[in-house]
Amino acid sequence: MSELLSIQNLEVSLKNPLNDKQGRVLRGISLKLDKGKRVALVGESGCGKSMTALSILSLLPQPPMEITGGTIRFKDKDISHLTQEEWEAIRGKDIGIVFQDPITSLNPVFTVGIQIEETLRKHLGLSKPEARQSALNLLTQMGLPDPARVIDQYPHQLSGGMCQRVMIAIAVACGPALLIADEPTTALDVTVQAQILDLVFKLTQQNKMAVLLITHDLRIVKGHADRVVILYAGEVMEEGTPNDIFEHAQHPYTEGLLASMPQFDSRGHDLASIGGVVPSPFESLTGCAFSGRCSKVKEKCRVEKPTFVVNETGHGVRCFYPSEK
Amino acid sequence: MLLSVRKIVKEFPVQRGLLGTPTAFLKAVNDVSFDVEAGEVVGVVGESGCGKSTVGKCIVGLHEPTQGQVLWNNKDSVLLKKDEKRDIRREFQMVFQNPFSSLNPRQKIKDVLLEPLEVHSLLKPSERLTFVKELMIRVGLSETDLLKYPHEFSGGQRQRIGIARALACQPSLIVLDEPVSSLDVSVQASILNLLVKLNQDQKIGYLFISHDLQVVGYISNRVLVMYLGKVVEEGRVEQVLQNPKHPYTQVLLKASMGSSMTLKGEPPNPVNVPQGCPFSARCPYVEDRCLTEKQELQEVEGRWRVACWKWHEI
Repeated sequence: MSELLSIQNLEVSLKNPLNDKQGRVLRGISLKLDKGKRVALVGESGCGKSMTALSILSLLPQPPMEITGGTIRFKDKDISHLTQEEWEAIRGKDIGIVFQDPITSLNPVFTVGIQIEETLRKHLGLSKPEARQSALNLLTQMGLPDPARVIDQYPHQLSGGMCQRVMIAIAVACGPALLIADEPTTALDVTVQAQILDLVFKLTQQNKMAVLLITHDLRIVKGHADRVVILYAGEVMEEGTPNDIFEHAQHPYTEGLLASMPQFDSRGHDLASIGGVVPSPFESLTGCAFSGRCSKVKEKCRVEKPTFVVNETGHGVRCFYPSEK
Repeated sequence: MLLSVRKIVKEFPVQRGLLGTPTAFLKAVNDVSFDVEAGEVVGVVGESGCGKSTVGKCIVGLHEPTQGQVLWNNKDSVLLKKDEKRDIRREFQMVFQNPFSSLNPRQKIKDVLLEPLEVHSLLKPSERLTFVKELMIRVGLSETDLLKYPHEFSGGQRQRIGIARALACQPSLIVLDEPVSSLDVSVQASILNLLVKLNQDQKIGYLFISHDLQVVGYISNRVLVMYLGKVVEEGRVEQVLQNPKHPYTQVLLKASMGSSMTLKGEPPNPVNVPQGCPFSARCPYVEDRCLTEKQELQEVEGRWRVACWKWHEI
């Protein structure tokens, strides 16, 4: 296996400037991504999934946030202590990113063509006409109708789905080895969601590009990932193949997430909601991070922190009493 | 009948001429009719821009329809006198999508909940506070929360306050406009459980507006599927979700289950709706006839109706 990205025990802390309190946003995350693979990072809001993405690209708002521990290795190189110039050569070239809200992520005063050409000219050193031709090809590849017209339009003239295709075009323009997609379809309509995800995964196969898909929606993960990582309160709770997660979930949190999805089939039954709320980064957690909301909590969970145990098939779980299925 | 909507059309001016007279219109809702019986939950599903929120706002009186009628307890909403209108509007409440922008940040929760009681002169002034305290408990919050301000609550808790505010008026119908779409799944589940319980215990009817067919399928008795201002399919939830007839409903259902059935294109601009069937530009089964002929709802079985002439074949 050729490893592309490897995160070991990443810790990120947050300082409240008013009272100097220290909070922990990520509490030791480990994650591996092989070349050309698709990994989905799933969790509720506030669990640290976007912060993981920003840490990888060194885009954390510093201060108040800071990486306080762990290593991030990309292509066998430690990238957690690079300088600003070194970063500029990586962002947009080796690692592309697509954010959640396509309309605010694009610059409103430039045409989409100029915004795509910019990365091509900076990273690949193309001339202006070459970059334009290449941008046109990219827009065609993204499945935009009438690319010759779209290239000279401004973001406000395009719909949300079209803007997201432009964002993806910018992100994959230089043929990155890794694409980070942070909630790429959350702001889009359901029928457009499927189109965008299909596009992303078609590109993965064509370009042998790895994808880190960050989402809160377990449903879209099902057909679109090789591995699923469940995050809670800045920790990895469970990791496995989609089959492991959807059919043989072992962690009570994963089970809760699955059971709380409303479905036509569950009519007439109460949905299993998870009581309580996600703990704030400023809370000091003793024992298992999920113990405060877990339905199967026992005495041991409140005092001792479970370790992450991986079985022989690669299905890992952080729980003292995992479900047997 | 608690609520009847008769052939409503709502147009918004999008362009104005030299003298301020509108020259172009957006038809947000185009000839929509349906009924809601007491205690019934009717779901409205569709993508953004299909007119589902506009329908909701026409029902509670936040918009006045350009054509057609909204009948509250069989009375035409437009023809009512002012006092009568206020009385009857009490029975039709709304809960909005965004729990952050729909509460006044300077109002304590107590005042948020007391205001509707004062406006509608419900209960004796001395009894109001007790009622409001009970209300908080009914929606799963505590009495002590009454003295807090909205920013002290999470999204799910704020949505509970929004529901409590609607309940304060003792309504017979609540229009819920995407009440759970901004919430996390685990919180979403608890709000849906609360809504189901209120419906069963107090027989309050809902018009549940959502883009998610599974959520609508979970909570509703009947469902309307909208596309570009038109109802394309309506029927009982079991009928529509188990055996959708309209190609658009089929796509929505597949998308809501996470399987990708790719549909070309995006919803067209509601300013110039295609002639003929509104879905024709994206429909996988399109034929020449669809491009020119308007589609009316036709009966499949009882009140299950679909606006597609090919529904037998697909």
